[in-house]
Amino acid sequence: MKISYNWIKEYLDLDVKPVDLAEKIERTSVEVDDVTKPSDGLKKIVVGHVLSVEAHPDSDHLHVCQVDVGEDDPLQIVCGAPNIAKGQHVIVALPGSRIANNVKIKKSKMRGIPSAGMICALQEIGFSEDVVPKAYVEGIYVLPEDATPGDAVYDYLGMNDSLIDLDVTPNRGDMLSVYGTLHDLAAIYDKPVELDHPEVKEAGATIDDQLAVHVDATLSSQYRMRLVKNLKLAPSPMWLQIRLWNAGMRPINNVVDITNYIMLKYGQPLHAFDYDKFNGEDVYVRTAKAGEKLTTLDENDHDLDENDIVIADQKGPIALAGVMGGLDASIQDGTTTVAIESAVFEHDHIRKAAQRHNLHTDASQRFERGVNQAGVQEALDAAAQMMNELADGEVQRGSVVGSNNVPEPAVISLTLTHVNAVLGTKLTMDQVVHILESLEFQVKVAEDELTVTVPVRRNDIHIPADLLEEIARIYGYDRLPATLPTGRMTMGSLTAKHRLVRATRKSLEGLGLNQAISYALTTADKAKMFMMRASETTELAWPMTVDHAVLRMNLITGLLDDIAYNSARKVKDVALYEQGRVFYREDGQDRPAEEEHIAGAITGTLLPAAWNQPAQPVDFFQMKGIVAAYLKDMAVNGDVTYVPNADMPEMHPGRTADILVHGHRIGFLGEVHPSIAKQFKVGTTYVFELNLQAIVDMPKQENQYDVISRYPAITRDIAMLVDNDVTNDQIVALIERRGGAFLQSVKLFDVYDGVKVPKGKKSLAYTLTYQDKHETLVDDAVTQAFDKVSKRLEEELGAEIR
Amino acid sequence: MSLKDKLSELRQRGLADIKQSADLKDVNQVRVQLLGKKGPITEVLRGMRDLDAAERPKVGAFANEIRDDLTAALTQRKEELEQAVLNAQLAKETVDVTLPGTPVAKGEPHVIQQIIDQIEDLFLGMGYQVLSGPEVEEDKYNFEMMNLPKNHPARDMQDTFYITKEILMRTQTSPMQARTLEKHDFNKGPLKMISPGVVYRRDTDDPTHSHQFHQVEGLVIDKHITMADLKGTLQVLAHELFGDKFDVRLRPSYFPFTEPSVEADITCFNCGGKGCKVCKNTGWIEVLGAGMVHPNVLKMAGVDPDVYGGFAFGVGPDRFAMLKYGVDDIRNFYLNDVRFLTQFTKKG
Repeated sequence: MKISYNWIKEYLDLDVKPVDLAEKIERTSVEVDDVTKPSDGLKKIVVGHVLSVEAHPDSDHLHVCQVDVGEDDPLQIVCGAPNIAKGQHVIVALPGSRIANNVKIKKSKMRGIPSAGMICALQEIGFSEDVVPKAYVEGIYVLPEDATPGDAVYDYLGMNDSLIDLDVTPNRGDMLSVYGTLHDLAAIYDKPVELDHPEVKEAGATIDDQLAVHVDATLSSQYRMRLVKNLKLAPSPMWLQIRLWNAGMRPINNVVDITNYIMLKYGQPLHAFDYDKFNGEDVYVRTAKAGEKLTTLDENDHDLDENDIVIADQKGPIALAGVMGGLDASIQDGTTTVAIESAVFEHDHIRKAAQRHNLHTDASQRFERGVNQAGVQEALDAAAQMMNELADGEVQRGSVVGSNNVPEPAVISLTLTHVNAVLGTKLTMDQVVHILESLEFQVKVAEDELTVTVPVRRNDIHIPADLLEEIARIYGYDRLPATLPTGRMTMGSLTAKHRLVRATRKSLEGLGLNQAISYALTTADKAKMFMMRASETTELAWPMTVDHAVLRMNLITGLLDDIAYNSARKVKDVALYEQGRVFYREDGQDRPAEEEHIAGAITGTLLPAAWNQPAQPVDFFQMKGIVAAYLKDMAVNGDVTYVPNADMPEMHPGRTADILVHGHRIGFLGEVHPSIAKQFKVGTTYVFELNLQAIVDMPKQENQYDVISRYPAITRDIAMLVDNDVTNDQIVALIERRGGAFLQSVKLFDVYDGVKVPKGKKSLAYTLTYQDKHETLVDDAVTQAFDKVSKRLEEELGAEIR
Repeated sequence: MSLKDKLSELRQRGLADIKQSADLKDVNQVRVQLLGKKGPITEVLRGMRDLDAAERPKVGAFANEIRDDLTAALTQRKEELEQAVLNAQLAKETVDVTLPGTPVAKGEPHVIQQIIDQIEDLFLGMGYQVLSGPEVEEDKYNFEMMNLPKNHPARDMQDTFYITKEILMRTQTSPMQARTLEKHDFNKGPLKMISPGVVYRRDTDDPTHSHQFHQVEGLVIDKHITMADLKGTLQVLAHELFGDKFDVRLRPSYFPFTEPSVEADITCFNCGGKGCKVCKNTGWIEVLGAGMVHPNVLKMAGVDPDVYGGFAFGVGPDRFAMLKYGVDDIRNFYLNDVRFLTQFTKKG
């Protein structure tokens, strides 16, 4: 809500600049979006009196005007507005002036005729089109006749006021009004505020003879109407129009403007009906019936819902209660009798109706947050009084009241000890009482205890904690001391999982992968790829886009998207890992299980080409090296084995391995299937994905000291020809099993399957290292063991030792 | 010529030869020539037979002195030449030290992770546990137990991705307040925890909005926790993350799960508090929401609000990173452009 500085000053004697006032409000009440002064940035814009208007000789729509701007000679200005006329007082941007958007106006010629300045529409001096009175939207604005030529126009249009735009939180509905804001400011500045109260001059017949209302009190706890007759519809006086447009509302006519003005002033939305358009003299407040329709003021048609509250006459709905009036019973030219409604509607119904019909209005916003239920009649009376004063209306005697449930004020007890214990302050009883009384709360003190009666308008205050906030904010958060919690000691701790996740990240970063964080919400297709186990998908009920509609069941697709993003930007070498959740859902369950995963993807080269080394394109074994080093870092207890897997549809059938720890599958690694890579628009990419939770849960090797032998080691190399389908794992396993007591390690140092070996065969070469921990090994012992293992290789694997 | 004179001359010549020797081979030749069995010194010493018995020891001593001198000169010359050879070798091995170092594979933690790690480490040091919670939450924990019953208008403040009526993507890390409060045994000590994690909002992605972002929840509950403690804690956090020059101020705000509720601002990065475009001339930038835990939240989790109370806060690492490093588009954090990821290399 935009609060007018000038309006505030009418009630509160403040000696602060608008920006300082705004700052104070922000520090003590609600957030301030900005402070604006409509005349800021404008220059040399004055009142002009149009002395003559002649048609432009070379144009069918331009006029050549002589305009008195308070100088010796009138200015000649060419004007294209359709509504320009002799005798008008208009807004003139003089030569050298600045209008909206920092546009500079200079002397010029328009189709050959000199023009010294410009006659302006309100939009051209910064007004939003939404607030310009309808009559002037398509043309220039006409100022009142008493405007003096040559005067700056700003004061005539209320443009020297400062407007403080409050961003009111949902709990502070009371701040959506000038009066509500004034109550807070009175407490903030510790000054008295004098609010005026209406005195209605009644005439004519009693309203009860002319109007009856029938109200469902569960929908509307208060429903009141007044009737005003013989109204003369006209534009509102300037001061009222200014109040409205400075608050962001378009002036319409005196009757409608009065209802809006009262809403701004009291926070109570009102609605004015054309009484003569009612069918009958009965008005009903009820829920809509199936099939009922309503055309609202904005000329949109709505199919009403059975949860919508409507105001209806005998025939049907005439307003969507608390949201917007109907077009049929609205104030239009010719309206003379007005029924003014002042009511409280149940907030939840209003909130839903506003959402349902996408009609978020000033009224619905206030009803959703709650209006001042102790001020419903006062707002109604104030409106009636103004209709009498500004539109010569005859206010009929009395009000009709369909429901009248005014809540009791909240009474809250708390102790001074509690106040200081929670705030960490040393406030005295006098200080606390003074703060609460400055907010116009009533306080009774008995020793340490305060009993506080809260005005009904503060519907956000129910419990002692609410009062603590009032005390703290008015006292000032800056004055609170800054301390740290004391009391019993606690140990800072990470869970085992969190520690392992941290170690995982460090390990993979050390191995050259950058941490990525991708989106967990993805497409239905991508969610289901690279899955490590069967699962139902989990879908959002109302996604924003199909790109983020389903919960991922793998991390790899996110990384492939990342690689594609890089690749499209010519970044060809990418090495990423991601640690995050995947979501597996059992059929019949609503909620998926969340499993922590770790995945990596590399494409291009891990190390860029340099002057002293060529680039080495990523391959299976590089990725395997990374995974193996990572698993070693995690110290999983048990043999890690890699088993070929040709069955994952998204993976290269010949370059994919399941990763098993102690025979238990914890993930996979390999090359992304070329057709999938193509689909993602990425090049050859190697990936892995592991169930991180499984790694967390696995037993780990403890670090332990192992004596390093002081005796020399002996190495022997062995090269062999084997069939292509014999694996390295088979050979190593055999050597380790049959290598004898002194075999320390087996290391593959060459693989060859080129032209020099027979077809269907390959050559593998290993270095075997022998060492005894207790004495120097004898050559004979090694030779014996080596010969034995060679023989076994020949016998069991058909190896041809070379 | 006396023997002594001969020896003196021999020394002169020998030293000159040694000096002139150009390489190790020369030195060796000179050594053999001078000190070898057929060398001049041996020859001179042979001539001692003809001397008086009284002269003999003197000449002998002199001859030995000369032999020692020559030997020392030879050793020195040898070392000199060896050093020269080494120096020549090293000169040949000189590299251009300005050539780039050989690349090594090196990955970086994500910038948001770095901020989260920093926050975790700070609070670990202050005795907080670090806990994580589910990203797919029940409406009960995400809203109801956070004092946001169904139809609460403040639910509109957070657009939610629902999966079913009761299951949703958590919109905040606050449900971890309810989850830990429910489980905590206050007989064993106060509850001090932070909970970092991913949260989701039904937003359209643009430079300042992301449907996925991060939060770190903080919660302290004990018998005597004050709002001053909250202020002090947030001050420590600001100093840790941004530096000692940064100040914190609290402003009233509204969250259904805290009362009083505050918004915390820190000194504007851009202008240091003078006022600029970034901070809309206020000198302050909003960074987090906090407050004293609402009694209803405690009650619903089975904690007696008449005995226990405390504070909670929610920090947005994405926003922190944007402010701290001047990142102008939040989407950068989730697109994982390697050129972006590798910019944040300063650790510690």
